Amino acid sequence: MATPVTLHSHAPQGFIRKYIFSLDHKVIGIQYFFLALTAVFVGMFLSLLMRIHLIWPMAVLPLMGEIKPETYLSLLTMHGTIMVFFVLTTAPQGGFGNYFLPIQLGAPDMAFPVLNMLSFWTTFVGFITIIAAFFVTGGAPLHGWTGYAPLSALPSAGPGEGLGADLWITSIAIFCVASLMGALNFITTTLDLRAKGMTMMRMPLTCWSWFITAILGLLAFGVLLSAGILLLMDRNLGTSFYVPLVVVNGQVMGHKGGSPLLWQHLFWFFGHPEVYIAILPGMGVASQVLSTFSRKPIFGYRAMVYAMLAIGFLGFMVWGHHMFMSGMSPYSAFAFSILTMCIGVPSAIKTFNWLGTMWKGRIRFDTPMLYAIGFVSLFVSGGLSGPFLAQPTLDIQLHDTYFVVGHFHLIMGVAAIFGIFAATYYWFPKMFGRMMNETMGRIHFFITLAGTYAIFMPMHYLGMAGQTRRYSQFTEVAYQTKLIPLQTFMTYAAFITIAAQFIFVINLFWSMFKGPKASDNPWEATTLEWTTATPPPHDNFGGVTPVVHHGPYEYGVPGAPKDFIMQTDPATSSAH
Amino acid sequence: MGLALMLLIWLITVVSTYFFVAKTWWLPVGASAAAGWIDHQFALTFVIMGIIFVAAQMSLGYIVWRYRQTPTSPPVAYIHGNTTLEIVWTALTAVLFIGLNLMGTNVWASERWDAAPADSVKVEVTGMQFAWYFRYPGADGTYARTKASLMDPSTGGEGAVGLDTTDPSAKDDVVTGTMYLPVNREVDLSLRSVDVIHSFFVPNLRFKQDAVPGLNIHMHFKPIAIGEYEIACAELCGLGHYKMHGMVHVVSQDDFDKWLAAREAEKQ
Repeated sequence: MATPVTLHSHAPQGFIRKYIFSLDHKVIGIQYFFLALTAVFVGMFLSLLMRIHLIWPMAVLPLMGEIKPETYLSLLTMHGTIMVFFVLTTAPQGGFGNYFLPIQLGAPDMAFPVLNMLSFWTTFVGFITIIAAFFVTGGAPLHGWTGYAPLSALPSAGPGEGLGADLWITSIAIFCVASLMGALNFITTTLDLRAKGMTMMRMPLTCWSWFITAILGLLAFGVLLSAGILLLMDRNLGTSFYVPLVVVNGQVMGHKGGSPLLWQHLFWFFGHPEVYIAILPGMGVASQVLSTFSRKPIFGYRAMVYAMLAIGFLGFMVWGHHMFMSGMSPYSAFAFSILTMCIGVPSAIKTFNWLGTMWKGRIRFDTPMLYAIGFVSLFVSGGLSGPFLAQPTLDIQLHDTYFVVGHFHLIMGVAAIFGIFAATYYWFPKMFGRMMNETMGRIHFFITLAGTYAIFMPMHYLGMAGQTRRYSQFTEVAYQTKLIPLQTFMTYAAFITIAAQFIFVINLFWSMFKGPKASDNPWEATTLEWTTATPPPHDNFGGVTPVVHHGPYEYGVPGAPKDFIMQTDPATSSAH
Repeated sequence: MGLALMLLIWLITVVSTYFFVAKTWWLPVGASAAAGWIDHQFALTFVIMGIIFVAAQMSLGYIVWRYRQTPTSPPVAYIHGNTTLEIVWTALTAVLFIGLNLMGTNVWASERWDAAPADSVKVEVTGMQFAWYFRYPGADGTYARTKASLMDPSTGGEGAVGLDTTDPSAKDDVVTGTMYLPVNREVDLSLRSVDVIHSFFVPNLRFKQDAVPGLNIHMHFKPIAIGEYEIACAELCGLGHYKMHGMVHVVSQDDFDKWLAAREAEKQ
């Protein structure tokens, strides 16, 4: 293990170096957090407009007027893209990972602070680029977050497929570059900058989750970057990677011999690992929080690590299950299907171990714990629709219906967001030096849990009944018109759930300035971030290099003076 | 707090499960030979996943309430796991999930992999923004050439699919905007798209397959009940995706023959 290199032991002076172009991983983490917070509100606002349009397609909204079918598709595309990239990838990894990976490992900063700053600002440029797509001629693209070619490759295929689509691809390409820089930094930091005594098997599960996520990012984003560049070339330089000879509205396009399925293979080679990029850090946080607030060691630490490694490994071999209806060979579909089922096994291990962690504990219901419990519930609900969709036979009915939409929203959307909420309530005291309000936190939790189930559970019923996704109206197909009442219920549920998110925002900003001062270790937790000052000094440990003597979850150790042993506490004979 | 959380999780579980079990919204009536098989596999998966769902959520709620911290809570059990339990649990889920999967692949593969029987009805489905066209090869059993340069949707069905009328076998090719199929006969389907990807989805026939430009995808299936079934495009294809709708009329062999003869007559 290399000695930590302190590149900048003195805190920088001046507003710009300190808060804007900062090299401090903690400042960068907070920058990522606020970028994701902005993005999630943009994404949520788009979903609100979608929900309104679905049940009142003719409604005239203030400022926006009537939402046209193509506008609905633009909202859907931008909602998906912004949420997946700028929220679910940005907040857990860029935000909390950046802030807490070095501290939990006992390092003074990331391995490459300049690269870290570049990574954030590149992400920021990507965000500005995608937002710009709303404001160009033709508006934002309508090809969905998956951007299937040839729809995404032909500017004449629909409104928004002109400059808007170019900006969309460019934004994703920029995001890929940023994520590659981030991934390198996370991997190097984890391998090289761990404090003395912090063996891999003593790392908190959060660090494992960020580490594995970074490896997935390194392998996946490179492929998406290449795929995006090829798509830009098809659109602007006349190449035909993804487009065969096609005729759009009576006009023969100038392409020949390309394969639309090539885009799907490249996209999903990234796209499937991406869902684990979104959810793995949530698993890490849930494990950390469940153990802390159950006052009990995590159940099966090693099994948890192996399960995450298995999920990451298998995650690269299942991308074909998005393509069962695309015309792929039944042989490869069979393999993809079996491997997809295999991924259910480590996921089941994790659930079992989370329940085992709480079993015979002394559970404290602070808000972070509520969110971690909610995470487990959503992970189970979202996960169990997986074995339906993993079977090609059942996909004949379920593929591209609301069943799929319900599945991935519960698991990679809402469960991942619950992980982010758990992390926010858990680490806010360390990041901002003050406690968040518990009452507001609890109200926020109960409405959000009930509300998200009310929105996303009915999607499974709709999907079984054959309601196709990405329809801007259900008025044209008779059997789908009958399902509108359920859609109406979901829209009302969405109104309530979205309104409840303002409780969170108020709590966040109010507590940042007015909350009661937090102690160094308000949750009586064991990992390294709780051994240092609140908020941590510029070099994280105030000139001290921590030495680790214990595993990360030593709660309720018999014979110990307190009910927890911190990782830096002196070694005893009884503890691990 | 523990009680409130347990009750909420239980309530969510019971309400969700109720609507599944009561079949308030369920798979539409199946009208193809594969439907029985698919529905059986769906029901089997549903029962297994449903049991796991209820068991997991109920125990989560119970554990949360049972082990809440109170002034009289006993000390926690200082345990780091249980290898035997982990192995048993892993093996169980592996056998269950993979077994379920092995049982479920047949129908999907046979529709796509095995050739259609020789006496099948041949129909070519062409998707374009935002309509479906259906071509019947006529008495010669041969689809005539189509050309991209001839494709012009403003001139009707034959123009839309780009039928080359100089090809002799084009004489008896019939192109329509509505699909007719005889009941209880295998259908040999060719799926094509002229512009972007579409997906031919007929929920009642338990049929779905993407139409991909550049590919000609062959599949077969057998409708087993007379009726009218709606087609909904299932792959995002542009602004009119939501109205890319069509109808399949499954009729008796006699009615089918009469209908096809009438179309042939119109063409002459």
